Order: sequence, then structure tokens, then C-alpha cells
Amino acid sequence: MTEKMLTLRLPTPRNLGYSFNWIGRIGLTIIVLWALVAIFAPWLTPYPIGEIVDWDYFGPMSHQFWLGTDYLGRDMLSRILMSARYTVGISLASVTLACTTGVIFGMAAAVIGGWFDILLSRMLDAFNGIPSLLFGLVVVAAVGSSIPVLILTLAAIYLPGAYRFARALAVNVNTMDFVTVARARGERTSYLILHEIFPNIIGPVLADLGLRFVFIVLVLSGLSFLGLGVQPPNADWGALVRENIEGLSLSSPAVVFPSIAIASLTISVNMFIDNLPIKIRDRSE
Amino acid sequence: MPASFIPYFLVAQRLGIALITLVIVSFAVFFATDLLPGDVAQILLGQAATPEAVAGLREAMGLNEPAIYRFLSWLAGLATGDLGTSYVNNMPVSQLIGGRLISSLKLAGVTTLFTVPIALSLGIGAAMARGSLFDRVVSILTISVISVPEFMIATLAVLIFAVWLGWLPALSYGVEVDSWGAMLRGYAMPVITLSCVVSAQMIRMTRAAVIDTINTPYVEMALLKGASRSRMVLRHALPNALGPIANAVALSLSYLVGGVIIVETIFNYPGIAKLMVDAVSTRDLPLIQSCAMIFCISYLSLITLADMIAILANPRLRH
Amino acid sequence: MTDIPLVSVRDLTIGATTDAGRRVQIIRGVSFDIAPGEIVALIGESGSGKTTIALSLMGHTRTGCEITGGHIRVGTSDITAMNEKARANLRGTAVSYVPQSAAAAFNPSQRLMQQVIEISAIHKLMSRSEAEKKAVGLFRALALPDPENIGNRYPHQVSGGQLQRLSAAMALIGDPQLVIFDEPTTALDVTTQIEVLRAFKSVMAKGGISGVYVSHDLAVVAQIADRLIVLKNGEIQEEGATQQILDAPAHPYTKELLAAFKPVTQVHAAFERDPKEQPVIEVDGLFAGYGLVMNGEPQIKILKNVSFKLERGRNLGVIGESGSGKSTLARAIAGIVPAYGGHILFDGKKQQLALADRSKEDLRIMQIVFQLADTALNPAHSIERILGRPLTFYHGMTGRAREARVIELLDMVRLPAALRHRLPGELSGGQKQRINLARALAAEPELILCDEITSALDSVVAAAILDLLKELQRELRLSYIFISHDLSTVQAICQDVLVMYKGEVVEALPAARMASDARHPYSRLLISSVPQLDTGWLSGLEQDPELLAAFSNR
Repeated sequence: MTEKMLTLRLPTPRNLGYSFNWIGRIGLTIIVLWALVAIFAPWLTPYPIGEIVDWDYFGPMSHQFWLGTDYLGRDMLSRILMSARYTVGISLASVTLACTTGVIFGMAAAVIGGWFDILLSRMLDAFNGIPSLLFGLVVVAAVGSSIPVLILTLAAIYLPGAYRFARALAVNVNTMDFVTVARARGERTSYLILHEIFPNIIGPVLADLGLRFVFIVLVLSGLSFLGLGVQPPNADWGALVRENIEGLSLSSPAVVFPSIAIASLTISVNMFIDNLPIKIRDRSE
Repeated sequence: MPASFIPYFLVAQRLGIALITLVIVSFAVFFATDLLPGDVAQILLGQAATPEAVAGLREAMGLNEPAIYRFLSWLAGLATGDLGTSYVNNMPVSQLIGGRLISSLKLAGVTTLFTVPIALSLGIGAAMARGSLFDRVVSILTISVISVPEFMIATLAVLIFAVWLGWLPALSYGVEVDSWGAMLRGYAMPVITLSCVVSAQMIRMTRAAVIDTINTPYVEMALLKGASRSRMVLRHALPNALGPIANAVALSLSYLVGGVIIVETIFNYPGIAKLMVDAVSTRDLPLIQSCAMIFCISYLSLITLADMIAILANPRLRH
Repeated sequence: MTDIPLVSVRDLTIGATTDAGRRVQIIRGVSFDIAPGEIVALIGESGSGKTTIALSLMGHTRTGCEITGGHIRVGTSDITAMNEKARANLRGTAVSYVPQSAAAAFNPSQRLMQQVIEISAIHKLMSRSEAEKKAVGLFRALALPDPENIGNRYPHQVSGGQLQRLSAAMALIGDPQLVIFDEPTTALDVTTQIEVLRAFKSVMAKGGISGVYVSHDLAVVAQIADRLIVLKNGEIQEEGATQQILDAPAHPYTKELLAAFKPVTQVHAAFERDPKEQPVIEVDGLFAGYGLVMNGEPQIKILKNVSFKLERGRNLGVIGESGSGKSTLARAIAGIVPAYGGHILFDGKKQQLALADRSKEDLRIMQIVFQLADTALNPAHSIERILGRPLTFYHGMTGRAREARVIELLDMVRLPAALRHRLPGELSGGQKQRINLARALAAEPELILCDEITSALDSVVAAAILDLLKELQRELRLSYIFISHDLSTVQAICQDVLVMYKGEVVEALPAARMASDARHPYSRLLISSVPQLDTGWLSGLEQDPELLAAFSNR
């Protein structure tokens, strides 16, 4: 009884009947690599992350320490691998939270319409009038920084955007005749949202989720860089840059590599999203 | 003709929405900071204070009043320019902010002057030469800049210009700004960083806006009238893209607000963002609230301006 | 025509690269000539390549397409051998173009005059004041109102019919030898279409200009073209003088096209009804509209006091031009746009006006089918799921019983059972419209509201759908309300017709005697404006200009 289940059609190459180009594949490979690192970090680190292994601080790249050592003489490679957990994990959690809530509310607003739509849209638009980094600053100032607070704050920052995006898509789908037909049949709102609208916006929503993930990584890194994100002894990539900023004048690898880690993740997500296949029918005229 | 009032009505409506938003935002800012755990009076007086002293201070600060009342009086103070008194050094907030705000505005102003012409020419150029090598190089560069955090651009700039080339000082603070050359050197690094962030957004949006207009049937019609490519773009596409471009400019400038926070911190630039980040670490509430409001107002003004430009630039509404 | 032809096209092939990177040939070896002063029509359905050929005469191909072989000569210029700059010099002076949608082809931020005379500025043909004088002359020749001043307006300040004539003025300003008309009246209402066609015909004849008229509508083309070229899949099927092709088509495809136009004399009720039976639907004093509801009335009021009655087994046609409210009527009956006044009785039983208040059973017996099959089928659902849902929803069917019924429904609309595993995107337009119909049938309704269901289809496919509707009616004892702007479609299936204008029913007529029985001036104007498949129809047509001015959407 497949028809009773919600059959998700994910935009995989096979489903679309296309495959995507090599830039997209490189992007995807790097994303998968970082995801694996985040999952298996404890088994991959050559040294314990908290241990001071080198007498020299801001050590250069060497055979012993591939990415050099940090301001205390800890192994940078181990620290970067371990920090991937925080950067990827927190960002993924908040982007999922933001997009799920945003998409559900967005679809509901589009289908229900009327005052529900107007009020919700106005309220979230007002929320959008707060610059994101600033909102993070104020919340962290107010309630202090912890991982749950960070996840919720970042999710709150991107919820209005996800809502607006999903609503715009859903409003377009909602004007389609097949939704009108279902409505005229007497279907409930929940059926309309789940079965008629959702399968038709899932592709763009997933692409949007990727872009929002990038922004969240950037804001999280920014907060950590200001010392307001992930707190010691834990560290994400932004915090690693902050810790080692003194090494900048020595052009130490300890300040360069965390930045490269962030850039490699965000650029690959962008590359992947930009090169997703666009489904266009083969037509001659 | 009553139709000619429609754009003004829409602009007025947009302004109204902006005002309502501002009230909601101020509400959010006030209560977000009001959630601060711990008793402010206790924090101010330290752990050694007697309960009587704490109670007295609470009374003096009006902390026993209901939150909504405190919010309204804070809002009223804000409207009349009374920003309250700093908890940390007991100075009026307006005095603390005054000079810092001007420094930040200078930074933003210089960046804008520097960014807009470059970003517009690159964006329009890339759109006109769509698919060319130039377009692809610009696209890759802008994507890369957008994909990395602001502090990374800043650290890279320091690494290149201060550490390796030794052309510019790494910090702005303490640099004498009495001569043009010195000022240029002092501003250079923050401005370079901010410009990168803002112009990348601006180039992308401008390019998209121009391409949208180039793809319209009336531009194809110009081609079928025998118009040259430059005539198509200059006479038909650009005039219609002006609105969207202005909108893109205003919207990208709103990225200044976020960028400035990072840039002032990293370069130790004595602006309002640095003041706010410091206030966050000392939990100086009135200062945080005022700074946050200033940021929100500037951000909101920019996005409202962008919306209003978009409305006024619509030729159907204009004539 | 013994002169040297003005245009000669030899073995033209045009290739296209699809978005998936596949190369396809869309024009396969087309050859034809156009004599000076002759108007040739390129006739064909969507995908036949008619617009592509027409644009290639200007040396222009749309993005992704390119001329891969053959020669095009216009006057003394070899278009295929020219570079882009030389082609640009010809555009507007030797060959010019009248677009399908003038509304999109005018730059919204420039005054009309500036755009009309732009060709003379690009090619430095004459001074600005001369060009403006010439433009005013053309405006007058094209029967535009207020020719002296209309050029000072902006595109959105004039009507669609006026814009279409202004675009003709724009094409004629550079005294071209050849004008390409790309479906210039397709987007217009019939009453407007007549004026535009008349204007085109007279300026072309006066200037002795050659023309290429691209259209899918044989009746329109019959009025304006000297010769027809029938195209299908990028190849010429038949070519000949207009009258000759209309009288004696040789190619089977041409015959098929013409057959779709055959006038239907009289449609009898599909089955005998029991005289004691109630009318299947009765609508009394219906008011409906859109927008936020204030004081029980919506902001935008569309329907005003609409009443009618439909007996079982008969079909009702609702005709009218854009903005007449005919689609809103269908939606108000179905409850999608809740009426705010009046009554709807189904089988003598009063219906709730709003969808949300109706029972499942009330919803089941009345189904609505929409115009665009593309948007009426959820692209993410398989055909089986699309047809199966109403079965589960109304009849509680599941599993094997449901699958068997889906196959049965597909059979009813003459589609193979294997189609049920496909997605809508994989079907043709006609197949989609059949699925659309099958979904309505799945509910086992008594009344089907058809909202322009054949308008988006090519004429041959549309004719087949109409035949299917008639068959189904006999088998399933259905009644239809048939909304259309196309009078011949309505005549082909309905016994009674309502003429609507600005939200009101102006007249109810028997379909077979519409032309003779119409009394209301608007219905007479509308009926007389439908082009006939007769080359002399337009010249012989006499309409009261005042009436035209009063009622047409100018």
C-alpha cells in the first residue's frame, strides 16, 4: 500500500533522470567527507585533543604534527577534526529545526490564508528586521552560551527566512488547479499540505536548506570568533580561530587551517547546490 | 488621476510596517536582555553586598516595577534621546555612544563610497558578458567570498597586507589620523574587509537583476528591430533594471551591519560595534539595548529603503 | 506570380540543444517562396516549428537553437551567409516582426511613440519629427483612437488590442518588404480580434507588403493569407492557395485540421429523461466575487444575479469573453468561490454555498474539470494515485478493487492500463486532459463542470475529447456545464447556451439557433465576431461600429 504512505521524491539524480556535473560531485564529496569526520572524529584524531604534545607553541607543519600546533602546543589536526562535530552538528541541528518549522508554518499559511497568513507573515517579517549576528549577540548576552541555546538561537534567526521561502513556493503551488480539485473534492487541510503541496516544494526546499546551512555555519563561526559561541574546553572552527588569533602575525598554520576548514565546507555546499540538475523538459518549441 | 497616488500609498504603507516592526523589535530587544539570569543589582554590587543594599539599589533602579512599565519608560526615554546610564561606569549611554557612532558611520560611509561603483560595474559587466570567462571568474570569486566568514577575510587581509607585505598596520586603534595618508592607512584594512563582504552580495544581486531584464521579450524585440547589443542593454534593459539594482544596493548594504561587528572587533576599531561586544562581556544592559536598537534601526532603514525603491521603480506604478 | 520571389527558403534545417545536452533537429528541410505583396500563412500546432521558421527569416534563433543547413534569401540578401551585424541592419528595414504578446514586447518604461519610431532611429532612416509624423499616419491607418496623442502614453495605459496594432505600426515604420506576424491575435478576444485583423489587412494591402502570418487558427488565417503552408514536426505537409486548401485539402493531416472545424448542426439530448424528474441543477440569483469579505460581501464582486436551470441529460454552454465571469460561475457552483447571495439547487435539493459546509455526498455528485491539464494534475503523483484518491475518498476503495477500478476508468477515457504507473509529466496534453476527466468520473458524478477544457489543446485533440465527452454522457447519464470562449466548441456539445457579459447573463439561447435567435446586442456582436472558415468572411462582415465600441474590451 504505497499510496497510503507519504512517498517522498527526493531530487536524487536517478529520480530526476539526470546526473549532475563534476563541480557538484566535488562539492558532494567534500560534504560527505566532513560528515564522516564529524561522526568518526574520536577514532581519527592522532592525539588527544586536550593534551599539550609539543613544547613549542604555534608550531609549524611537520611530519609529527601535520597541521602544526596551537597556542598551547596542542595538535591542530586533532583539534580541527574534533571541532567538525560542533560546527557541523550545531549547524545541522539548527538548520533542520528552522526549516522544518518554517516549512510547516509556510505551507499552513499558504493553504489556510486569510488572517492566519497575514498575522504570521507580518510577525515573522518583523523578526526578520533584526540583523542575525546582532540577535545572536543579544541572546547570548542575556542567557549565556550553551549548545542548546546556540541551536535554538540560530534556528530562530533562520526560521523567518525558511518560512518566507516555503510560503512563497507553497502559494505558487496552491494556485495550481490540482490543489483546487483536491479542495473541491472535500479534502482536509492536512491532506492538502502533506500530499498535494509538500511533494511539489521538497526539491527547492532542500536546496534552500543547504544555503541556509551555509549561513548558519557562518553566523555560528562568527559568534564563536567573538567568544560568544561554543565555550572552552569545547571548540568549533570559529573558536579555534579565536584561540589562535595571536598566531596571525607569525602566519601560523593554527589560525589558517580552521578558516580553511570552514571555507571548504561552505564553498562545497554552495558548489553542490548551484550545480543541482535543473529539471527542464526536452521540448523543441 | 487617483492611480498616481498608488505608489505613495504603498510607500506610506511600507513605512508604517517599518514603524510597527521597530516597535516589535524594541520589545524583543528589551525583553531578551531582561531575561538575563541573576539579579542585576546583585551583580553590580558584587557578592559581598548586604541584602539591604541590594534591595535599595533595586528600588533606586526601578527594578521592582512591572516589566511592561519599565519597557514603556525605556521606549519613551529612547524617543527623547535619553538612553539611560551605563551600569559599568555610570556614564550616560548617549555620551558613551556619541563619538563611537560617528566612527562607525565613517567606516560604513567610506566602505559604501568604495564598494558601490566597483560592485555595480562588475555586476552589470558580468550580466552583459553572461557565460564568458569574465562572468565565470566573477561568479566564482563572489561565491567564495560569500561562503567564508567575515573574520576569515579579515585575517587573510591582515596576513597579506600587514604580515607578508608589511604595507599596512594590522590594527586601527591608536593610529594618528591627522594626515590623509595616515587616515588611509588606518581605514584601509577594515574598509577592504567590509568591502569584500558587501560587494560580493551586491555583485551577485546586480547581476541577477540585469539578467532578469535582459531575458524579457521587449529586449528580444529590440534585437528584432535591429538594435545593437549595447543599445539593447543600455536603452532597454538597464533603465528597467535600475529599480532592482538600487534595491540590491540597499539590501547588500544591510550586510554592513553584521560585517561591522566582526570587523571592528578584529581590527580593534573604536566604533559602536566594538562598544557593544565589550558591553556584552561586561553585561552592561542599557548599553547593549541602545547599541542593539541603533543597529536594528539602521538595518531596518536599509531594507525599508530597498523595498520603497522597488515600489517606486515599477514603471507601471510610476506613470 | 512570375516575378522573382521576394523570399526564398531552401532546405532549411534548424537544430536545437536541449537542456539535457541532447541535439535534436526541429526544422527538417523546409523550402518555400514568398512573392512580393503576398501573404503566406504558416499553419501548424504547437511544436510544429512555425515560429522558429518565421524568426529564421530575420536570421534570429532563440537561445539553444541554430540554423544548421539550407539557405534563406530575402530580397537580395542572403540571410544565412550574413554575420550578426549585417543581419541587424536588415531587421526593421527589410524584415520586421509583430510579436504574439505585444504587452510583453513593449518596454514598460518608455513612451509608445519612442518605441514605435525606434527602428528609424536605429537605422537612421529619417528625422525624429518625420518619423513621428509617419507614425501618426500609421496609427490612423490602423484605426487607433486619438492617433495624434496615443504615442504619448505608456504601454500599460492602452488595451491589448491597441497594443497589438501599435506593434504593427512599430513593424511598418521602416517600410519593410516583409512583415512577420507571430500569432498576433491569439491572446485577444474575438470582438477585438476582428478590428485588429481588419487593420492589419488594410495596411498590408495598401503598402503592397509581403507577410508571413504564423497561426494555429485556420479561420483567422483564411481571412488574411493568400497562401497556406501546413507544418507538422518541422516539415511541410501541404502548400497551396488558401481557397484551394480549404476546398480540397490533399494531405490527410490538413483534412484532419479542417475536420475539426466542421460545423455541427444540432446536438440532441444524449438520453431521454423522465419528465417527472427535477432539473439536475438550478441556480437562482447567484452573486459571487473575490477578496476579503467585509459585511458579508467580497471586495471584488464578479457575478451579479445569475440564474439558470439545466435539465438532466442536457448540456449547458456558458460563453463570454475574458472578464465575463464565466469561470467564476463554475467556481461558485462548485463552492470553491463561495457565493454570497442566491441559491443552488441540485436535483431539487438546496446546496450550501460554501465548499466547507457541503457534505461529501453533495461534493461527489458534482465534479469540476479545469482548463489546463498541466496544472490540474499533481506532477508528483502517479496516475494511479491521482485516479485512486477519489475512489478511496468517496467510495472507500482500497487495494485490488481500487486498482481494477483505476484500469476501468482509464479504459473509459480510452487510455491503456499501463499508463497508471506514469507521472503526469510523461503524458501528452490530450492524455492529461483525459486523465483529468477520468478523475472526475471516478467520483461517479451526475454533473460535470467543464471549464475551458479544450481551449489549451490543439484542434484535432480537442475534437477527440469532445467526442469522448458525448460517448461518456450516453453511457453514464451525465450532464455537463461547458464553459468556453469558443462558440463552435459549445455548439458541438451543448443544447442551451448562456451568454455572459461583465458578470451578468445577458441572454439564454438554444445552441443550434444562436445566430438567428440572438436578440441582445452583445450576444449578436459576439456571435458575429467568430471567424468562419471562409476567405470572404471578414470582408463581408458588417458590424455596427458603435456597438463594437460599446462592448468590445478595447
